[in-house]
Amino acid sequence: MAIGATLLYRRLASPLHATRASVAAGWVCALIAATLLSESPLALGALALGVLGAGAGAGLWRELRRTLRTVLIVAIPIVLVNVLVYHEGLTVFARLGDLGPFGQGDLTLEALVYGAVIALKVGLLMLITTLASLAIDPDEMLAALRRRSFRSALTASLATRMIGVLAADSQRLAAAQRTRPGGGATGARAHVRLLSAIVGSSLDRSMDVAATLELRGFAGGGRRGGGRAPRRPFSRHDRAFALSAASVLALALLGRLAAAAPFDAYPLLEMPVSGATLALCLVLPAAVALPLLDRRGVEP
Amino acid sequence: MAAIEFERVTYRYPERSQPALCEVTLRVEQGELCLLAGRSGQGKSTLIRAACGLVPHFHGGAFAGSVSVVGLDTREHPPARLGARVGVLQGDCETQLVMSSVRAELALALECRGAGPTAVARAVEEVALALGIDQLLERSTHELSGGEQQRVALAAALVGRPRVVLLDEPTSQLDPVAGDELIGLLRRLNQEWDTTILLSEHRLERCLSAADRVIALDGGAIVHDGSPGSFLRFAAEREPTLQTPGAKLFALAGLAPPPVGVKQARARLRREGLLLDASDIGEKPGAAVGDRRWEGVEGGVPDRRSAGAEDGVPGRRSGASATSARRLRRGGGSFGGGVGPPLALRGLWSEIPRGPAILRGVDLVVEPGETIALMGRNGAGKSTLLRHAAGLQAPTRGSVTRGGRVALLLQNPGDYFLHERVRDELSPGALERAGLAELAERNPRDLSGGERQRLALAIVCDGGEEPVVVALDEPTRGMDREAKAQLAQELRARAEQGQAAIVATHDPEFAATCARRAILLADGRAIADGPTADLLAGGWYFATETARILGGAGGALLPQEGAELLCAEARAHARQEAHA
Repeated sequence: MAIGATLLYRRLASPLHATRASVAAGWVCALIAATLLSESPLALGALALGVLGAGAGAGLWRELRRTLRTVLIVAIPIVLVNVLVYHEGLTVFARLGDLGPFGQGDLTLEALVYGAVIALKVGLLMLITTLASLAIDPDEMLAALRRRSFRSALTASLATRMIGVLAADSQRLAAAQRTRPGGGATGARAHVRLLSAIVGSSLDRSMDVAATLELRGFAGGGRRGGGRAPRRPFSRHDRAFALSAASVLALALLGRLAAAAPFDAYPLLEMPVSGATLALCLVLPAAVALPLLDRRGVEP
Repeated sequence: MAAIEFERVTYRYPERSQPALCEVTLRVEQGELCLLAGRSGQGKSTLIRAACGLVPHFHGGAFAGSVSVVGLDTREHPPARLGARVGVLQGDCETQLVMSSVRAELALALECRGAGPTAVARAVEEVALALGIDQLLERSTHELSGGEQQRVALAAALVGRPRVVLLDEPTSQLDPVAGDELIGLLRRLNQEWDTTILLSEHRLERCLSAADRVIALDGGAIVHDGSPGSFLRFAAEREPTLQTPGAKLFALAGLAPPPVGVKQARARLRREGLLLDASDIGEKPGAAVGDRRWEGVEGGVPDRRSAGAEDGVPGRRSGASATSARRLRRGGGSFGGGVGPPLALRGLWSEIPRGPAILRGVDLVVEPGETIALMGRNGAGKSTLLRHAAGLQAPTRGSVTRGGRVALLLQNPGDYFLHERVRDELSPGALERAGLAELAERNPRDLSGGERQRLALAIVCDGGEEPVVVALDEPTRGMDREAKAQLAQELRARAEQGQAAIVATHDPEFAATCARRAILLADGRAIADGPTADLLAGGWYFATETARILGGAGGALLPQEGAELLCAEARAHARQEAHA
């Protein structure tokens, strides 16, 4: 179940998991907005520290570390492409001559740094979405959507569940092939056969799930009967994460409007550091990670 | 009004020439608990699918006749509408869990039917309490063990308080404890809620005493419909593979009528003065059954008392297998070339990072030609142990030493099939040796459960180096008795050639048939390791029906052994009476 387990929500004893899905989703949206609003590598770095701290506080450090490895794989091409394709900037550190369709191969420090900033943003978004997929209960999230469109929300729930199920099926099939003498056949044809077996198994699985849904009355369409669910009171964690989301969003907006962390890549790198910059870089990660410190009432 | 009524139903699946159901006429009254019996592929699952409307609405095919469930004709009402009155639990519970959390899973059926939030919350809470799964409500469905999945799937089927519950081999993936709990639960549902239950099962001894009625199917047609007692008489005359071990024990001992359950069997033996003294339980290993050989009975019964008993060291044995072991140690055998045992696990630990330990310091030495039954509850660590033995997983502590190749057959034989024809899956020689040559042109996925298992076993054993150990993970899941007997026969044939086998199983009857040594795992530890008779005689859950009837006396596990004891006891009685 390793693949499935890494991709799927699992209820852990953490403040983030104890928070209602709608508030946790709002907090994640605030983090994404802050990432998109920030340009300075210092602010982005501070935000990244906050996100990693929050991940550790939520018991998801291992999973985030795995995502960090993927981030590195994604970041390197981003930086390389930017430095090769974008020729703005005045500080040339390498001249590669005529690169044909890419023009003169003058590599600039500004393009390199700006590529790194883009990669940092992309990496940060990957970390935040990993955190969201592992810490926000999709069923609770989709339950709210079901009131609007029952079938669409149910299909989304099903898709979420099927990711793990199919990943587990694939692992099982691969393990079975490894137990064949000599570890099973190798080469492209063997891989194609294995892939077709996995697809076949997925289709079988889909048929089983479709039969189950049929028996549960999916075709009925879920027209909601009378009565209202009692309002669930806001917990201390709901409040803390709501406050954190508001603070992060406000800091990012204010920082942007007041140019607290200015950054320009072209034509020359400019990143003046003021007291406001330092304050922003200290407060931002604290606002992100502080709600994770309250460990009361986090048990599932 | 009948709960379920079939009127001359004939059904054929699409692209099949033979009908799966033939002229089935059946009436199940409200509040009845009916058991469906029959070999694999005789129409039990199809009958259940027809009763819930999946046949023909979902599967298509040609359907004739009529089925009505609680007054609704399945031709006019699709499964979604029938679902409010009929709960269904199928064998593979993993495919029946479609949501991410248990609470959402239980709520789904009611939400689909448009129930309000208050009604949904109450029903979920009540069904969880009734089935004892309230502590699972916040858990993710993909984290549940097999037994927990089965309970959640049953709860999801019951949440709408259906009047009819249909279950297709619900205990096939459960350990003996969970299986008995499930049957007890069904009995409670039936008695306290007046729920009609139609249950298909291979291990009839588990549920026969709970049933009001048994319906036997053969070739898609009903061949018997009557009380459990009359079914046992029918099985003895017409279909011996459907006989329960208790019935077989009585038949071999010359007692009649066959008993429906342990209680009835013991009462009869008590009346006859044949109930053996409980003080015999587990005593004097080798003194009773182990000294005998059973010729001509399904390939004989292994000499279980001698396994690991002589010097207290597990795995040391005598007899034919020990001879082959000596031969192998001299280098004259056909398996492996080393001087050590074919497989040795020493202080084996398997720990999940930031998770629990699955195996905790397991020691196990497997001798050539030895067949070991690995038993324990779901999640005890049986599958993990086999994966370590075959090298699929690396130990976190301890060591695994192999004297040659360890072939591992995982739980689902279908996972091994990559081709459209059987003959493409393995070499012609292996196909011949496995006795599957006549199936060469068939699609592996169309084979019966027993044939699939044999093919998968041949696949993992095929290749240059003959395995020294074969490890099988739950090989009898969903198999009928005939297929189990064939598999046991194959394992015995391999053991005679010096090949060792470790079989993880929840089926005490199968363990007793094929293994001479048994290991009980609990929480990752081997808490018992010794002759099968010592482990499976005298227990409540990990015991064969024969052992439960005889109270473990003499270490008898199988009907033949038990009958021998009863006959000896009867002769002793006769002698005493003659003296008197």
